[in-house]
Amino acid sequence: MPDVQALVNEFLNKLKKRKIEGSQATAKQTAELLRSVISQQRVPRTNQAGALIDAVRAIGEQLIVANPIELAVGNIVRRVLHIIREEDLSLTTAAVAELNLSTVSDDDDDGGGGDQDDRPVLSAAAVAAAARNTLRPPSLQMLLEGAPDFVAVPRSSSSGGDSEGKSKSMDRNSRTRKLKHDIIEAVNELIQDITTCHELIAEQAVEHIHQNEVILTLGSSKTVLEFLCAAKEKKRSFRVFVAEGAPRYQGHLLAKELVARGLQTTLITDSAVFAMISRVNMVIVGSHAVMANGGVIAPVGMNMVALAAQKHAVPFVVLAGSHKVILVYIGASTCRGPMLCPLYPHNPEVLLNELRSPSELLDFGEFSDCLDFGSGDGSPLLHVVNPTFDYVPPKAVSLFITDTGGHNPSYMYRLIADYYSADDLVVQRRHAAGN
Amino acid sequence: MDPRRPPRTVPDPKVRHVGFFAPGADAPPPPDRSNSAPPDPLSSSPPAAAHLTPPGTSISPVMIPPPRHSAAPLSPRRRDSFIVGSYSGKRFLDVGSPTASTASATDDWALPTSADSAWVGDTVGAGASSLPPVGSAAMIAKGLASSVPATAGLTAVSNVHRSAGVSGKPSGAASKVQGDKPKQSKPLKEKTTKAERRALQEAQRAAKAAAKGVGGKASVHMSEVVLASDVESVEVPKAHFQRNDIAAVNEKKVIDRQLEKDRKKDVPQPRMQYDDKSRVEKAKKRAVLKQTEARNRVELFRHLPQYERGTLLPDLQSRFFQLDPVHPAISKVGFQYLSGDISGSNARCIAMLQAIREAIIDYSVPPGKALVRDLTSKIGSYVSFLIECRPLSISMGNAIRYLKNRIAKLPLTLSESEAKATVVADIDRFIHDKIILADKMIVKHAVTKIRDGDVLLTYGSSSVVEMILLHAHELGKQFRVVVVDSRPKLEGQLLLRKLVGKGLSCTYTHINAISYIMHEVSRVFLGASSVLSNGTVYSRVGTACVAMVAHTFHVPVMVCCETYKFHERVQLDSICSNELGDPDVICKVRGRDEINFLDGWTNGNNLQLLNLIYDATPSDYVSMIITDYGMVPPTSVPVIVREYRKEQLWI
Repeated sequence: MPDVQALVNEFLNKLKKRKIEGSQATAKQTAELLRSVISQQRVPRTNQAGALIDAVRAIGEQLIVANPIELAVGNIVRRVLHIIREEDLSLTTAAVAELNLSTVSDDDDDGGGGDQDDRPVLSAAAVAAAARNTLRPPSLQMLLEGAPDFVAVPRSSSSGGDSEGKSKSMDRNSRTRKLKHDIIEAVNELIQDITTCHELIAEQAVEHIHQNEVILTLGSSKTVLEFLCAAKEKKRSFRVFVAEGAPRYQGHLLAKELVARGLQTTLITDSAVFAMISRVNMVIVGSHAVMANGGVIAPVGMNMVALAAQKHAVPFVVLAGSHKVILVYIGASTCRGPMLCPLYPHNPEVLLNELRSPSELLDFGEFSDCLDFGSGDGSPLLHVVNPTFDYVPPKAVSLFITDTGGHNPSYMYRLIADYYSADDLVVQRRHAAGN
Repeated sequence: MDPRRPPRTVPDPKVRHVGFFAPGADAPPPPDRSNSAPPDPLSSSPPAAAHLTPPGTSISPVMIPPPRHSAAPLSPRRRDSFIVGSYSGKRFLDVGSPTASTASATDDWALPTSADSAWVGDTVGAGASSLPPVGSAAMIAKGLASSVPATAGLTAVSNVHRSAGVSGKPSGAASKVQGDKPKQSKPLKEKTTKAERRALQEAQRAAKAAAKGVGGKASVHMSEVVLASDVESVEVPKAHFQRNDIAAVNEKKVIDRQLEKDRKKDVPQPRMQYDDKSRVEKAKKRAVLKQTEARNRVELFRHLPQYERGTLLPDLQSRFFQLDPVHPAISKVGFQYLSGDISGSNARCIAMLQAIREAIIDYSVPPGKALVRDLTSKIGSYVSFLIECRPLSISMGNAIRYLKNRIAKLPLTLSESEAKATVVADIDRFIHDKIILADKMIVKHAVTKIRDGDVLLTYGSSSVVEMILLHAHELGKQFRVVVVDSRPKLEGQLLLRKLVGKGLSCTYTHINAISYIMHEVSRVFLGASSVLSNGTVYSRVGTACVAMVAHTFHVPVMVCCETYKFHERVQLDSICSNELGDPDVICKVRGRDEINFLDGWTNGNNLQLLNLIYDATPSDYVSMIITDYGMVPPTSVPVIVREYRKEQLWI
């Protein structure tokens, strides 16, 4: 598959050179790349899911290494892996169901959970829901009866290899095609979700913004822009303070967009945040990634804003598309003792950060003599620190608004369980160890 | 020292000044100034001895140097430091190179060892008076305010504005202090209060005498008592009151009332509110400069002047030769303010004072007018010109108040040239004592807080912090400096230049990265434009953010501020009183031409650009304030404000 490799290499280059900005763009492109990888991947007769997982994982590893700070890449890789597992599982379940109709009777309560109308009757999504149902038995009856075998079966099947044994009776050719088709469908759905998550979040704007509200934001985020504009379109009138967000000054861009849409906008310097926050009703910001413990990786300066908001008891609201930003790092892994992630960010400001060029802060022409590493003893007097991200601890966040609604920081770990399968956390660990 | 300082013998009339007090040389003290030295040698000697005996051990948080002439019997070491502190001879010309001069000054400034405790000031200021124990008493009393009996707590406790529990004060005097506002003196009511108090004191003294006996031992007892217990320490000075006879009291009351009026005058006028249409119109008529109002005013800040900066300077320059009421030196300084060539409150204050000094040298009294009155109005017009160029900083306001006070107190007998020489000398002394010498003292105090291996963070560019860092570097301390900067002024780059030029190891970053860099920082040193009497630090915008983040990371925040910048005003937020800079610099990023999103958008109605100059840091975030009087907690600011003002009136 030379063409896929070329695509991958091109994307890798872009990632390495930091040509792709914004987690949404990265997420979307990653998903598209993985989709083509899956469609090009030749699958063996046995263990198709395993082969696909291995292929995606191999490429995902490269992508993550290319830009370990762009957490959306890793998240999408995990999402796709999760999709493959689920589709495989659903096919398996379907096969088992055909063989043994009694299992289908368990699938009574949530047959419609999230599936598409245009699917065949035995759609993958429906069965996936059923499979999920067996994965985490929700019904009281099951809890009462305490049926451990339901959990045990999918567990073993999700690891890839063993599932084959049960479905040998199936027509393999049709299964192969069906699996790939379903997976690609699901990935398409994921891409769709990524593109539309802004709208989903923005729809909730009117529920959170009232008349004459004063809102402060820092830097620029497309989600925030859409959110504010959605409220504006619903005839709410409110004022926005935009902190410019040095050193990228994206706040200027946001201010321009807001003014263009007729919002009362005041542009302030970052240093004036503390002075102004006492007159602000709500802080609404975008994020780069959300940690499993509810912490946020956000553009630099956000922690300062969050602290100021906390001191003045101003709600600090983070907008986050749940697809791209839920990160699998911390909480989920810590609660599973043996899988404790070595990257547990006790110091995420430093470990999950990236230092940008000093030229954004200092004019090289003026300070070149001080910044010279080559002269003298090799250690210059002057260092310039220009980090990209800030870590906002969960206790400073009042609310997450995701496309699935508003959530507390303490609930974030739960969303992760919905979107990623536990097996992929281990993959991440291998990556981290490999790095 | 100034030869003519006659009013010194006039007893201090201000009723509430207790925690720190006048020298022992004072004539009969007012009845309720508990700690001034009494006329009676017998009763006065014990406290004095007590204060001299424990030199290094007294824990006094605030030390105010006593007025200089009052060199009472001192231990030699103390006299040394005392003399140096007030000495103004050869170092006067060292303005340009502060660090060099500080270095040269180190050897002869016998710097006492400062204890480790954060608020233990050194004893430089403590020279002449029985101050330290009382100071400590005041602080202890603050801490234990609730336990202080109403009678004993009265004035010493009331020093401390912010101590919530000071309800123990019996009379109107206390509330007067708390507001820091002069109240119309009500003789009748006061009399009863004083009478009550005197009776109480009598009783207390009797009890004490019974308990302790008399004689040489008393002094030892006293010192112990002073240091040990708040209640007793407050009693000690009070024991002297009953010696005052009624006649003195009455006489004092008259002066008292008059000074009360003076004091009332001193309370800052409510500032000009620019949303008051009629007043703004009036002010415009008077104005020398024509300013264009900014197009998009920020709604929240309508009460502040928002003018377009760009148009003003060319207009002024074109009218340079027509500004007749303004002395050239003044207009030069005004232009420099306007263009931002002089910034930093010390530099601005010195520039203004020197310009006024020049103007005074060139001044001659017009025929038929009184010097005092004419000169005052002249200075008033200069100042209003400067205000039009850029609103005065609080420190400059203080300096002008001092100057006007001095002029008003000129004896009428002086000839014109003598009077001018006196005023010029006053200005020189203010610059030297209050700014240059004060900075040296601050450097001396602050350097003791820098240890090897420290990482010091500073924000923006403060002249005194720069002196501290350079001085510590000269002393050979090994430390690293983090310079945090912010738009639009990027003053940190200037500081960075100077520090790197001197060979200090520096890290430079912008304010957004503050929580990234704060992990490695061990101390934060900040400058201040002013410290307000509720402990709020009024400083360059962004200081509050830095202090807040440092506080969150449990890094000590030290604010370095000369006492002449202290002000009795209080402020809770950064909105009510502030200064707005040129809004246009917000949308243009220096050195980053690609940031031009807002070009052409500034004319729209919806976009406002806010360029705040200052912000107010709540006192919670400030670990200590390093002043020329020592290192104090923010709660002690009102004490210093009051004592300093008294001193200022006296000089």
